[in-house]
Amino acid sequence: MRRIISVLLENESGALSRVAGLFSARGYNIESLTVAATEDSTLSRLTMVTRGNDAVIEQILKQLNKLIDVVKVVDITEGAHLEREVILVKVQAKGSEARDEMMRLIEIFKGKIVDVTETTYTLEMTGDSAKISSFLEGLKNTKILETVRSGITGISRGKSALRA
Amino acid sequence: MLRSHNERLLNKRSGVELSGAEIVVQSLVDEGVEFVFGYPGGATLHIYDAIFKHDGINHILTRHEQGAAHAADGYTRSTGNTGVVLVTSGPGATNVVTGIATAHMDSIPMVIITGQVMTQLIGNDAFQEADIVGITRPCVKHNMLIKDVKNIASAIKKAFHIAETGRPGPVLVDIPKDITAEKTQYVYPKSVSMRSYQPRVKGNDRQIKRGLEMLLAAERPVIYTGGGAVLADAHKELTEFARYIGAPVTNTLMGLGAYPASDKQFLGMLGMHGTYEANMAMYEADLIFAVGARFDDRVTGDLTKFSPRARFVQIDIDPASISKNVKTDVPIVGDVKVVLLQCLEALKNLEKPEAERTSKWWQQIAQWRGENCLKFDSTSQFIKPQQVIKSLCEITGGDAIVTSDVGQHQMWAAQYYDFDKPRRWINSGGLGTMGFGLPAAMGAQFGNPDAQVACVTGDGSILMCIQELATCLQYKLPIKIICLNNRYLGMVRQWQEFFYEQRYSHTYMDSVPDFVALSESFGHVGMRIENPGDVDGALKEAFDLKDRLVFMDIVTDQGENVFPMIPAGAGHSEMVLRPEENLKPGELS
Repeated sequence: MRRIISVLLENESGALSRVAGLFSARGYNIESLTVAATEDSTLSRLTMVTRGNDAVIEQILKQLNKLIDVVKVVDITEGAHLEREVILVKVQAKGSEARDEMMRLIEIFKGKIVDVTETTYTLEMTGDSAKISSFLEGLKNTKILETVRSGITGISRGKSALRA
Repeated sequence: MLRSHNERLLNKRSGVELSGAEIVVQSLVDEGVEFVFGYPGGATLHIYDAIFKHDGINHILTRHEQGAAHAADGYTRSTGNTGVVLVTSGPGATNVVTGIATAHMDSIPMVIITGQVMTQLIGNDAFQEADIVGITRPCVKHNMLIKDVKNIASAIKKAFHIAETGRPGPVLVDIPKDITAEKTQYVYPKSVSMRSYQPRVKGNDRQIKRGLEMLLAAERPVIYTGGGAVLADAHKELTEFARYIGAPVTNTLMGLGAYPASDKQFLGMLGMHGTYEANMAMYEADLIFAVGARFDDRVTGDLTKFSPRARFVQIDIDPASISKNVKTDVPIVGDVKVVLLQCLEALKNLEKPEAERTSKWWQQIAQWRGENCLKFDSTSQFIKPQQVIKSLCEITGGDAIVTSDVGQHQMWAAQYYDFDKPRRWINSGGLGTMGFGLPAAMGAQFGNPDAQVACVTGDGSILMCIQELATCLQYKLPIKIICLNNRYLGMVRQWQEFFYEQRYSHTYMDSVPDFVALSESFGHVGMRIENPGDVDGALKEAFDLKDRLVFMDIVTDQGENVFPMIPAGAGHSEMVLRPEENLKPGELS
């Protein structure tokens, strides 16, 4: 099962590689991993997407908790949550018909065209993984020159907050 | 004595401006460190100079950095005090990696201080540079690179705190050379508090009650204990608890000595080379009460055949060890000693178990014991390694500290030496490190100067850290080396015999050295024993030489194998008891 795990960790050098190293050493898979500073400069927030059965996920959470630099770990997929990913796609856009078609598609997905040349568009879209998949599906007949995805970040719904 | 001396020094030095190197040494002194095992080099020159000028620290110079790590480890396992290792950058640091991994696998607290190249050279492929923090990350509990002289004292305090609390383990502190030359005001912190690290000590009372009720209701209970019971110094509580419950007890290889081997409730060791009664009891049990044991693959055999009718209660300080290999019904997270004390308290409010309830179980166990699974041919013209260990146990009164290397001799030592006390049996159970035995014996002898220390080893293992014979001479360590010499890498040979149609690929040691001459060249006493009738006399003679190291080269039966045995891939009820029985080749692993 796909899970989104949020980790608060000490903003120290090597902390990220401890987390990444744990996953490779124990054979857990990482579908995506994002990390950045938080409003508290001593803490980083890391979000990872992984897959595994309940026993594997339980071990992942326990092993993460065991790392000395890890302050808090939570599986946000356990409850109601929001997930977002940003995708930037550079596509071929030649001729007015193709360019119009692209404009319509980006409007449907509430994305943006953020860069333009005479032959290309660079598109930006934000959403959960299902929306990103449908967006990419919509680009099936378009020549994609380059894709970059931020990886999933997420947060739980409601009043509770993940804090040190 | 040591503490008050340290306190005086602490008072004298606290608040004074010291160099980073002096801070390293003073911090160790203030931490109450008795011994530092190490080897000097370029990046630690300042620290070694500070050691030279300080009379409060005992530095032990080994002959290889790996020896330093294993010696610190043996010191820790035999005393409970955290071992300290000090080595230089680059190769000095990489040489301790095996020692660190050995300690990590067996949850041994250790603090390793490594020198590093100067800060401005880090990342430049400088002379003797190695990213030791990166290299050791998967085999330490924690590690850190110091970037500011002001952080040295607090980092060392933190290292000891992390190493010793929770599930113990090695912590490495990497200090660049320039940082050891800089100066700052020295203050050694009295305590550490970390928001990201607060190990749980006390068990949950409700879980404890649930676990105990299950144990008291069980008709076929087994108390299965591991290294955690030794590490927590919980032998007294465990013995009291087990006797009150009246259930049979089995220990893992790491747990030997936590429950007295001579006790009538003791079933012996379990697992791949465990006793028939221990493994059969595990297989037939309706309740397994695990105490500081982690259901390692050498213990469980094939998981699908492991204790098929049992429910599980598991006490462990590490939540990640619970339900890792075997799903636990009642997990209890906490320090083994604290939780057992809570159990003893909780039992007062529960009905005392009737002996009646388990009488059938004990009858069944008596039948299994009747197999006498550890019997061996004692009429052979060759020396039987099992007999050597039995004699060793007798001659040392069962009270020696026995270290071992890895292989057949290790299993025989575990099977035939009756450990009644904890911290007497010292071996690399998790990582299985050949070369561990001799340096570990040195550490044990430093920590227990009056104890009889025996290193049970083989002709393969002993050569892996043989250089430490020189350290033994320098510090006059009267260790007795019991080398069971079969001219083979016996354990590998045993598997080749059973599972590879006797293709003995590279397991025959073609040119074993003359161990007597070798030990004499190092300034020790050497003995060669070839006849079964000479074993007892030679052992007595060796142990009578109270102030000398004696290397006993004991020529044993080359074809002897370790039994009983659970072939890899088989379950506890599929043991092979004797060589005559056909081994069903299992899945090889």
